[in-house]
Amino acid sequence: MIGIGCVLLYLGIKKQLEPLLLAPIGFGAVLANIPLTGVMEPGGFLRVLYDGGVLTELFPLLIFVGIGAMTDFEPLLENPRILMFGAAGQFGIFLTLLLAIALGFSKLDALAIGIIGACDGPTAIYVSSTYAPHLLGSVSVAAYSYMSLVPIIQPPIMRFLTTEAEKRVVMATVKKTVSKTTKILFPVVVTVFTALIAPIGAPLMGMLMFGNLMRESGIMDRLVKTSSNELANIVTLLLGLAIGATMQAQQFLKLQTLLIFALGFVAIALDTVMGVLFGKLMYAVSGGKINPLIGAAGISAFPMAARVVQIEGQRYNKKNHLLMHAMGANTGGQIGSVMAAAIMLSVVKGLGLV
Amino acid sequence: MSDSAIFGITLTVVGMSGTMFTLWLLSLLITLLKKAFPRMEN
Repeated sequence: MIGIGCVLLYLGIKKQLEPLLLAPIGFGAVLANIPLTGVMEPGGFLRVLYDGGVLTELFPLLIFVGIGAMTDFEPLLENPRILMFGAAGQFGIFLTLLLAIALGFSKLDALAIGIIGACDGPTAIYVSSTYAPHLLGSVSVAAYSYMSLVPIIQPPIMRFLTTEAEKRVVMATVKKTVSKTTKILFPVVVTVFTALIAPIGAPLMGMLMFGNLMRESGIMDRLVKTSSNELANIVTLLLGLAIGATMQAQQFLKLQTLLIFALGFVAIALDTVMGVLFGKLMYAVSGGKINPLIGAAGISAFPMAARVVQIEGQRYNKKNHLLMHAMGANTGGQIGSVMAAAIMLSVVKGLGLV
Repeated sequence: MSDSAIFGITLTVVGMSGTMFTLWLLSLLITLLKKAFPRMEN
């Protein structure tokens, strides 16, 4: 298990795969698996971090404040129907959940595995720490590793599923039509609306939107800078160590961990497949005005997925600038992933499973 | 069909349709917001 921690350190530092998370996770795993250190015993410092920040769901929520403060939703607001790509990009969560159940995982374990398809670290941690804490380590490592592999996973799927004509579609320039008032009201409206529909998701969506409200208000620069930088960095560091500390040999070194990694890959691939297929539907419905490639950006891996779409679009037509449209879909994916998680958790609570 | 399979299918149908429907409604709300508070060109 110490070796696995070192592998994560190698992936994070040498290969630069999400180093801000994988390095602390790897080091936490190394520390927690050295015998007799007591770091994960009651009172041990990693146990304190885990109990105080992960079990309480505090750490992922604080990270979401930072993410909201860093996110510009204007491309989404310019073209609200792009939000539907953010919904379509969440199909992978549910299809993977079905696959996990078919492979024999329990209901709550399948839920935690499916949420890897949200492509959203804090959401994955929020769900798995509450509903399947024994899978937290493997789900988190899978979620963050595959998010950083989006530029490798997505392009082959995008190329396979779209025709030459579809790839070359040039989308109209995004015009500036959003007022400052709209940008300020947006996070409040989203919070109230989504929390009324799925109250259990209120902490996640609320913190994301609060960060964004601070950004768009224009008068809380200090808090925006702190949330985006110091707060996000401190919490990321502590969260990584705490997650790594949960990767104990008896929980992690099992066949099911390999299955979880395989299912995580499937989740993100399915997100891309369904997003691009939805893009093809929008292409047909819009009379050829929407480039199906932007469907791949409907996941929460921001801004990586948007950049992948821009690069792929330019491969087939140098004059095609899909970035702003893809950013809209990408930010829609952030909202979509939180909403999908919130609805899932509401259903689970309604079924009396928790 | 097993209890787990029913759970999975229920969650998929409700979850996916709920997500699509919620985001569709949200897109309408955003459109309304933009109409209620249009951008003023200076």
